[in-house]
Amino acid sequence: MASSYQAVMGRQNEIMKRAVGFDYQQFEQTSLAFDYEAMMDATGFDLAQVRRVQALTGVGNTPLYELRNITKLARRLAPPGCGARIFLKDEACNPSGSFKARRAAISVYQAKQLGYEGVIAATSGNYGAAVASQAAMHGLKCIVVQEVYDSEGVGQPEILEKARACEAYGAEVCQLTVGPELFYVFLCLLEETGYFNASLYTPYAIAGIETIGAEIAEEILARTGRYPDAVVVTHAGGGNVTGTARGLRKAGATTTRVIGASVDLHGLHMASDGDFNRKSFTTGHTGFGVPFATWPDRADVPRNAARPLRYLDQYVTVTQGEVFYTTEMLAQLEGLERGPAGNTALAAAFAIAQTMPADQMLVVQETEYTGAGKHPTAQLTFARQRGIEVRRGDPRSSQPGRSIIIPERPEQIRVQEYPLDDLRRSYLRNALRQVKNRQLSQLDVDFLRADSRARLELIEQVAAEQQVRLP
Amino acid sequence: MLEAKVYPPGTWVEICRIVLAPGERAPQVPADTASVPLELRVKGFLQEPASLGQEAVVTTLIGRTQKGIVTRINPRHTHDFGEPVPELLPIGMELRRLLEGNDDGK
Repeated sequence: MASSYQAVMGRQNEIMKRAVGFDYQQFEQTSLAFDYEAMMDATGFDLAQVRRVQALTGVGNTPLYELRNITKLARRLAPPGCGARIFLKDEACNPSGSFKARRAAISVYQAKQLGYEGVIAATSGNYGAAVASQAAMHGLKCIVVQEVYDSEGVGQPEILEKARACEAYGAEVCQLTVGPELFYVFLCLLEETGYFNASLYTPYAIAGIETIGAEIAEEILARTGRYPDAVVVTHAGGGNVTGTARGLRKAGATTTRVIGASVDLHGLHMASDGDFNRKSFTTGHTGFGVPFATWPDRADVPRNAARPLRYLDQYVTVTQGEVFYTTEMLAQLEGLERGPAGNTALAAAFAIAQTMPADQMLVVQETEYTGAGKHPTAQLTFARQRGIEVRRGDPRSSQPGRSIIIPERPEQIRVQEYPLDDLRRSYLRNALRQVKNRQLSQLDVDFLRADSRARLELIEQVAAEQQVRLP
Repeated sequence: MLEAKVYPPGTWVEICRIVLAPGERAPQVPADTASVPLELRVKGFLQEPASLGQEAVVTTLIGRTQKGIVTRINPRHTHDFGEPVPELLPIGMELRRLLEGNDDGK
């Protein structure tokens, strides 16, 4: 069979169908709309079953800490009567050191049930180690495909560590230089091996995250007598937001606000060889957070089960320097040394808690393991070697790829609001490009409203701009 | 000239191969990326004797076969914790002072 880029990309649908053991076609409704909830239900796993599967490999039921010292500090800086109680779900306690074990647990279990010999995941993040660890537990083979080097052969320290972890669990790690053709290599490997696509974005993977939301809701309720007022989620590909929000709702926490937080990396091109090593965060950043919110179906499955605009009540960004500072804060005030990328939501929560009444509760829903490469000192040393300025000052003056400004004082940690309507507008533009004959049906409009939570007026506005007619 | 050292079968090595040459890259990649090849590195055990810079076939950790140029022998993980960062070192002490109220915040 032809193996050129175009030829393999052209066989994408057949390759995927065989590799996910799931027919997405059955949920399609129009050229635009599909039945999201039916797709989510089709996994056949309800929350109780997901819990049982995760329990088989010791995934989940991670500790929930109340961050008393950080809360006390936030209250010192907050206006009188403000400073919500901050809690932290310590997801680093999962077998592979991050919440990604929850996602991998269901995908790998399903691959085993369906009789696949192995699993493949395309990821430069913690998900690789999670899949490799679960594959080891279930006796399946595992390949992880990573984007890790620039054209000079210089690797991101954080990703090099993740490769080491995958190999420690017995996986074959295919390490690529920068470029979106990672997806092409991924397809070639799926075709060659016949392994299962343990994508981050299948309904199985998202069902696996729902248990975080449910555990948070139940544990806060048991400890305090009510549900949390808000949960802050580090947002990248959208699965963390989607799964956590769905889990909260399933457990009854229907009014808890879901706040997404990403590290601001504006101006850095994610597919650029030159920009690749100028960032000090390889996940949890706007380079994934924005494109995946505004067009979820760019993922490695025909329909992405991670659809963050359905669930986000607020989206904020923080700077790289603020997250490194907060990582120090967590280690030194709470005695928890954790990886920086997982603390993105914590940096945001520290600022947001100061705007909430003191009798409210805010939960940060993840941490990740730390180690060589995945550590503020490793990443700042690497940044300095690349000529990036590192200094203390006002983090607002930092420029991604040029400078990292570590706050001088905790009150300098501030979130930047990213208006959800901006994300919705670009989501709608992307979506309306899919519409045949420039005519929307009522089903399309209903889908767009559910998928983006855009007001009808916004849909009308973007449709007019794109010369698409409403029903 | 010194003869290149030959490593026996079973040696743990890193190999590298070009997956897409500059002209074959995806149409949407930015110019800097389009001008360089897409390379793949993978580790495995040499199937036949080989030296650095030679083409070789390896068996990976899951028993698959991969082919490429030998780039590293018994490749060491070189990522580490970096250097102590002067900008981070005082943060703990500053925060504890604030928390204990011995600092008026100015």
